[in-house]
Amino acid sequence: MSLSISDQEQLLTGWGRTCPSLARVQPCTSIEQVQHEVATAGTRGLLARGLGRSYGDAAQSGGGTVLDLQAFDDISYDSLAGTVTAGAGASLDLVMKTIVPAGAFVPVTPGTRMVTIGGAIGSDVHGKNHHVDGTFGAHVQSLTLVDGTGEIHELSPSGDKAPQFWATIGGMGLTGVITQATFDVIPVSSSLISVDTQRANDLDEVMSVMVAGDDKYRYTVAWIDTVSQSARGVITSGDHAPIDQLSSKQRAHALVFEPKAIATAPPIFPSGLLNKLTIRAFNEAWFRKAPKSASGDLQSISAFFHPLDGVQDWNRIYGPRGFLQYQFVVPDSASHLIRVALDKLRQVGAPSFLTVLKRFGAANPAPLSFPQQGWTLAADVPAGIEGLGQALDELDDLISSAGGRLYLAKDSRQSPQMFARTYPRLSEWQQVRDGLDPRGVFTSDLARRLSI
Amino acid sequence: MNDALGEPQSVLVLGGTSEIALATVRALPRGRLRRVILAARPSVTRDSAVDALTTDGIAGVTALDFDARSTQEHGAFVDGIFEAGDIDIVLLAFGVLGDQEEAEANPDLAVEMATTNYTGAVSIGLHVARRLRAQGHGSLVVYSSVAGDRARRSNFIYGSTKAGLDAFAQGLGDALHGTGAHVLVVRPGMVRTKMSAGLPEAPMTTDANVVADIVVKSLRKGKETVYAPGPLRFVMAGLKSLPRPVFRKLPR
Repeated sequence: MSLSISDQEQLLTGWGRTCPSLARVQPCTSIEQVQHEVATAGTRGLLARGLGRSYGDAAQSGGGTVLDLQAFDDISYDSLAGTVTAGAGASLDLVMKTIVPAGAFVPVTPGTRMVTIGGAIGSDVHGKNHHVDGTFGAHVQSLTLVDGTGEIHELSPSGDKAPQFWATIGGMGLTGVITQATFDVIPVSSSLISVDTQRANDLDEVMSVMVAGDDKYRYTVAWIDTVSQSARGVITSGDHAPIDQLSSKQRAHALVFEPKAIATAPPIFPSGLLNKLTIRAFNEAWFRKAPKSASGDLQSISAFFHPLDGVQDWNRIYGPRGFLQYQFVVPDSASHLIRVALDKLRQVGAPSFLTVLKRFGAANPAPLSFPQQGWTLAADVPAGIEGLGQALDELDDLISSAGGRLYLAKDSRQSPQMFARTYPRLSEWQQVRDGLDPRGVFTSDLARRLSI
Repeated sequence: MNDALGEPQSVLVLGGTSEIALATVRALPRGRLRRVILAARPSVTRDSAVDALTTDGIAGVTALDFDARSTQEHGAFVDGIFEAGDIDIVLLAFGVLGDQEEAEANPDLAVEMATTNYTGAVSIGLHVARRLRAQGHGSLVVYSSVAGDRARRSNFIYGSTKAGLDAFAQGLGDALHGTGAHVLVVRPGMVRTKMSAGLPEAPMTTDANVVADIVVKSLRKGKETVYAPGPLRFVMAGLKSLPRPVFRKLPR
């Protein structure tokens, strides 16, 4: 084999822009073509990749073939059944642009619209309403999967293929290629969210406000100022605004959904631009900008759910060394670990401008699904920080001892042992996966790193 | 696989008794290390190296037979290692210092030096590059030497083998650019090891662990060429620009 690279080969990374690996990227336009790729897959295997918003190495495969299913983007909304059927390559952005004007919304949206339906299922994404509505996967009524033998399956949550369905929910693309899915949607009468905001002066206050709000709102999230020792924060909670909450002027455009990009992060952003000082300044401004307390503000969907989608390529702001996101969940009984994690990140000098705290409800039946009852904290950290590896390994130990775990869609550095310890249904999942993929066709850098 | 913090899971040491290479293994982040292969000819030294690393707390250290001069076997040897799992870092650290006087008098000894230090490296280097390219990621560290920057009368046989190795490694790095695989060429000055034992110490002589730290830091930063210690870069630049009649008269 020549050392020179062909046009089809690309260096792929996750959103954190760390650990590039070279893969042959193959666009697919039909299910037969997907089957052909399965039949002719080489020793380095296959993997479907969506929009690359997982932070680590979940959607890349060194030496392998990565399938691009952008062409699988049909969307049809059945308003009677209250469901949408979409190709796996359709983004949530495209789905929302289709259904919001028709008075419907997705049951779960993560912090970006730039994920594909396939990716939303593979990572079993969650949003600000997990404690009320669960994950995206919990709303999937059926999905079409091409497995490692090229066979096409129609999978649904109950019935005799339920294990294969639930292995694919949160299965990180390792059970096969999802080509299409049908999921339920919720009715909305406007494209606005009615938002209540509350500032809190320390972590205890943040957490008690959130617990008090568990039953009051559909959507809740807290932004935490990690630079401040007290871990003060801003809690925003909301519900879809009913049409009668809109002014008469707004009602004329009640269901309009046209989010626009407002800025682009420049391509050359030297490492170190994001440092303790700049982040301290940003966090101070962000904290002060939020009202001490407000209620009933009307915000657009994109402002409430997807604030960073407005800044294209914002991940470049971390410079060439890239960054990682550390997201974990711990049960309510171990809520003190939230404080411990924030303190440790501050001690190691890892400033974050984007740290969020959310409540999680009960887990769903998927063996590799991340959310379980308790608290989840997600923090962005520059990858080059001295001592970060050890600090995170120490946090890993505390989290696993408390019955918590990390999120695979964000992970780029946990050990195989940590993963196996904290996902006790791993071997059960592997058995179902092996049944769907006996030759081990589907693999990824993440699967190799974690030996799953 | 490497992780986002540059922590490798697997390392292959070609020249598994090299003190500088072993110091490099010790200096690497070891939180994710689970497979370290010391490839060298069978010897007591090789066995002790395995024991020493294992006692030091490094996981999964094993030895494998490897002879730089048996180039016909290099392909199967490298394939066997990579078939068993991806290799994140390869250290190409084998080499003999030889004896300049003896080799001048007996060219067969010089041929052996050249075969081990240069020809063997070309062979295994290309096989390793092929596998790094195929796995889409990974680093190759080539231990060159300042002796290769400009050959001195007192050790030009050794120096020329390093000069050849250096040029080969740089070109290989260029060939692998953009493939996900990466080459780091390290040019140590004199290092206190058994190889240099008994020789008078040159200025800026360092210890193996100093070189090792520089290698690990350079890998993290994605550097391609580095001197150890760093300031040797300027010393060598000066030496390289001296006219031949002047250079020839320098001591040693």
